[in-house]
Amino acid sequence: MMSTVNSNNEENNGEDMSITTPSTSSLSSVAANHASQRQPGNAPLGSGLEARGIHAWFGKHHALENVSLDFAAGTVTALIGPSGCGKSTFIRTLNRMHEFIPSAAMAGEVLLDGKDIYEAGTDVTKIRLQIGMVFQKPNPFPSMTIGQNVLSGLKLAQIKSPKNNDDLLEECLTRAGLWTEVKDRLDAHAGGLSGGQQQRLCIARSLAVNPKVLLMDEPCSALDPGSTLRIEDTIGQLAQTMTIIIVTHNMQQAARVSDYTAFFLSDGGPGQMIEVGPTNEMFSRPKDQRTENYVSGRFG
Amino acid sequence: MSMSSLLILTLIGLFLSVRGFQAFQTQGLGFITKVDWTAGVDGGKDSFGLGAMIIGTLVISAIALVIGVPLSVLTALFLTFYAPERIKKALVTLVDLMASFPSILFGLWGFIVLMPMAEYWAKLIHKYVGWIPLFKMPSPAYTRSPFIAGVVLAIMIIPIVTSVSREIFGQTPLDRIQAAYALGATRWAMIKAVVLPFGASGVVGGAMLGLGRALGETVAVYSVLNIVFKVNFQVLYGFGGNIASMIVGKWGEASLSESKALLAAGFVLFVMTLLVNLLANFIVRRTVKTGK
Ligand SMILES: Nc1ncnc2c1ncn2[C@@H]1O[C@H](COP(=O)(O)OP(=O)(O)O)[C@@H](O)[C@H]1O
Ligand SMILES: [Mg+2]
Repeated sequence: MMSTVNSNNEENNGEDMSITTPSTSSLSSVAANHASQRQPGNAPLGSGLEARGIHAWFGKHHALENVSLDFAAGTVTALIGPSGCGKSTFIRTLNRMHEFIPSAAMAGEVLLDGKDIYEAGTDVTKIRLQIGMVFQKPNPFPSMTIGQNVLSGLKLAQIKSPKNNDDLLEECLTRAGLWTEVKDRLDAHAGGLSGGQQQRLCIARSLAVNPKVLLMDEPCSALDPGSTLRIEDTIGQLAQTMTIIIVTHNMQQAARVSDYTAFFLSDGGPGQMIEVGPTNEMFSRPKDQRTENYVSGRFG
Repeated sequence: MSMSSLLILTLIGLFLSVRGFQAFQTQGLGFITKVDWTAGVDGGKDSFGLGAMIIGTLVISAIALVIGVPLSVLTALFLTFYAPERIKKALVTLVDLMASFPSILFGLWGFIVLMPMAEYWAKLIHKYVGWIPLFKMPSPAYTRSPFIAGVVLAIMIIPIVTSVSREIFGQTPLDRIQAAYALGATRWAMIKAVVLPFGASGVVGGAMLGLGRALGETVAVYSVLNIVFKVNFQVLYGFGGNIASMIVGKWGEASLSESKALLAAGFVLFVMTLLVNLLANFIVRRTVKTGK
């Protein structure tokens, strides 16, 4: 009970801090700066992901209609839109987590390096190793220590890392921006960490299995503004080596971390992808009136 | 526990301890520690030692737990994480129904169906691990052993242990389950990493409830076990007994002093069962509340 209440508070605080009546022009200038800092010369690693004609249903409820999106290797794409428009549903079709919900169904293709992850005979567990996921609410394993949490993916998927465990531990925690804070208490239980630290621990845990794509569903919405900034830093670092797709309800966050932004909307019917483009263009001169309305804060 | 059941429990406890008091008085601590139970003939001295039957009770119950708990946990995991929706309801009903079968049915089934099978398993166990003292056989008397009684009790406690485990497993936080799957876990790997650590103390509580039932079981044990009031640690060997079956077996022809001793034995069993059940309730309730 307590933790739910806390996280709600944190969520509200986060929104208060971040939504300072976003004006189109200020957002686009942030995005433009960010985009210019990125160095296209550094050939990014990771893999491209292509969603083609994705539909999703919950029972009879058609939640997502015909969404196609390309995620180029080594880019950060933000998915924005009012709540209930299908962002989470969409991102969960990208690593086949959608199918865990009883009654859930989907149609369409998701190509990882050109190969459909829904193809018959595909080993789902292998797919999820390549396409990692960070959830809205930090969810470390409470029965494990900090170190065990980071390495849990290796055990869960019964794989071996080419590196030795200590090196891997340090590397993942460093990349997730948590190493200096926890290096002296790797044997402590994860429950003792703050919400923001737990979320970075979850990021480190995803990194240990060396995914090519990382999906993040509102990873900061349960965190205070300080932790949010740290995670945004982390995302910037990670984008050098993998493809990142992040759902966020915070448009300034989208502007700060992403190269591309896709706008989702539901007009009462199934959610649709309205428009996608380079983040600075999406915020400065969107093509669709509905995008314009949303990014300038007229609804949502 | 409601007031009325508390009252009834207290009255039973009082009745047993008052009526059995004489036995405690004459036998002292030996009533629990001594292992021979002989009524003095023609004014001779009584020697009532419950030790052998206390040991028998614990041995049979331990066998029931060792066999019953893993089966229950697997059943609960199957029902929670593997069974298709359609057959799940039917299976749950079946397991719950099993809990309400009268124990004589288990006894008869154990005698007619299980005994021949269990005899075969007993021979296998003896053949491969017979060098362990627990599984030694002084002579090939495989029928009606504590092992077979334990197997029958194992089947009897499966419903309660399964239903408590199932309840706990069903409460595993979804976000942890998803975290495991998102890391490429198979279902079984997810269960080992998330569900079992989460549900462990609940399973212990369920096992204690099962133990509470196994400790006091009379009819089923009486129908399959070759009742002999002696210590028997060789669980495959065909004799043994427990407190409840001794009370039933001796009651009919007991002298006045022996019947008092049997009531005292009833009191001992009462206390054992009560303690185990209280502990079980405590564990289960704490687990359900804190969800840890
Ligand atoms: N588990 C579920 N069962 C049934 N309907 C769901 C479930 N999850 C989401 N939905 C529905 O699907 C639609 C899209 O939800 P979601 O993807 O969570 O939106 P968003 O993440 O953009 O807020 C909503 O109408 C929501 O009610
Ligand atoms: Mg969502």
